[in-house]
Amino acid sequence: MYTQALNTSDADDRHIEDAGRAAAFQARIDAEERIEPNDWMPAAYRKTLTRQISQHAHSEIVGMLPEGNWITRAPSLRRKAALLAKVQDECGHGLYLYAAAETLGASREELVDLMLAGKAKYSSIFNYPTLTWADIGVIGWLVDGAAIMNQIPLCRCSYGPYARAMIRVCKEESFHQRQGYEIMLTLARGSEEQKAMAQDALDRWWWPVLMMFGPPDQASQHSDTSTMWKIKRFSNDELRQKFVDATVPQAQYLGLTIPDPGMKQNADGHWEYSAIDWDEFKQVLAGNGPCNRDRLAARRKAHDDGAWVREAAQAYAEKRKHRQVAQAAE
Amino acid sequence: MATPNTPLWEVFIRSRNGLAHKHVGSLHAFDATMAVQAARDLYTRRGEGLSIWVVPSSAITASDPSDKGMMFEPAESKIYRHPTFYDVPDEVGHM
Repeated sequence: MYTQALNTSDADDRHIEDAGRAAAFQARIDAEERIEPNDWMPAAYRKTLTRQISQHAHSEIVGMLPEGNWITRAPSLRRKAALLAKVQDECGHGLYLYAAAETLGASREELVDLMLAGKAKYSSIFNYPTLTWADIGVIGWLVDGAAIMNQIPLCRCSYGPYARAMIRVCKEESFHQRQGYEIMLTLARGSEEQKAMAQDALDRWWWPVLMMFGPPDQASQHSDTSTMWKIKRFSNDELRQKFVDATVPQAQYLGLTIPDPGMKQNADGHWEYSAIDWDEFKQVLAGNGPCNRDRLAARRKAHDDGAWVREAAQAYAEKRKHRQVAQAAE
Repeated sequence: MATPNTPLWEVFIRSRNGLAHKHVGSLHAFDATMAVQAARDLYTRRGEGLSIWVVPSSAITASDPSDKGMMFEPAESKIYRHPTFYDVPDEVGHM
């Protein structure tokens, strides 16, 4: 229902958008009202949200790849069942998010095609490889931990369908982080080799995880309007700091060392971290991370290999429809 | 070539016996059977439901948000439709 009877396209909107409507829209946002699909909204709000929600959806889908890599090699049936459930959840989260993006007038097929063509972004974190089993622990603990930190404020985002999708996602995601921490705890309490494996995974993932929150506040290009529209409730640096403060004691409990020798606690109790290598972040976003090409190739292969299934399902549905029409006519 | 669009369905789930079906989201499927199966996989992975309805999204007619005033404001002034509008002495007890 949400993809029909929508406002006109971006280009048309710019002509008819008047200051009065924009002011009324902002007043609704300021009053903490939720914006629903058929409500009037500025073209730029629609565009920003379509980009953000679809990127979020792509991230969930591509995010299945690094973890899927370990399903067949999970160390026990318990771990395997949990990992499988987690990867299924990521797929579900991607679908909730595509549905939310579609309420803005884009079609899922169109959005997926953009991603497959390399024209849409997804989270930089999924361009790093999962080299050992400990990486699965770190992904649950830190990658999902960072995602939750980012997604909880999105549950109160001004756009109704996105906020509702986030509520579902956050509810399901909490098991992801706990199962990751449990893996880390098991390794940290295990043999010397296991502990070293856990430390190695933390060493490799720590900085890329901090980059997940996006560029520093002075450099973020989307933040101002997103904050005004209450899509974003906290700045990148605020969320990053919250995450670091929450994570340090968890690492201490595991007996693992965060790979930042310069890190220190300030008088307010916050953990100050060293400078982040933003060049690496830019390189990964530009397609030059360790796994960018692999990830896209895997998505394209899955899409192409599934083409016959989509065709067959469509042909079957059409055949049945014709048969029903024919029977009704008899 | 762009991928052909699959029809959109709205999903409603009865979470517990005695409750109404509630809208939970939407999904794409070529036909109703596939929509029910996909709804089960997508929306009931943690025992969220006992029953599923799927409805083609195109079959839903929605009220226009700009008609909100005309549609719903008339009810706001009709406070005499609520029980609290009427005074009943305390001695009479609960009614």
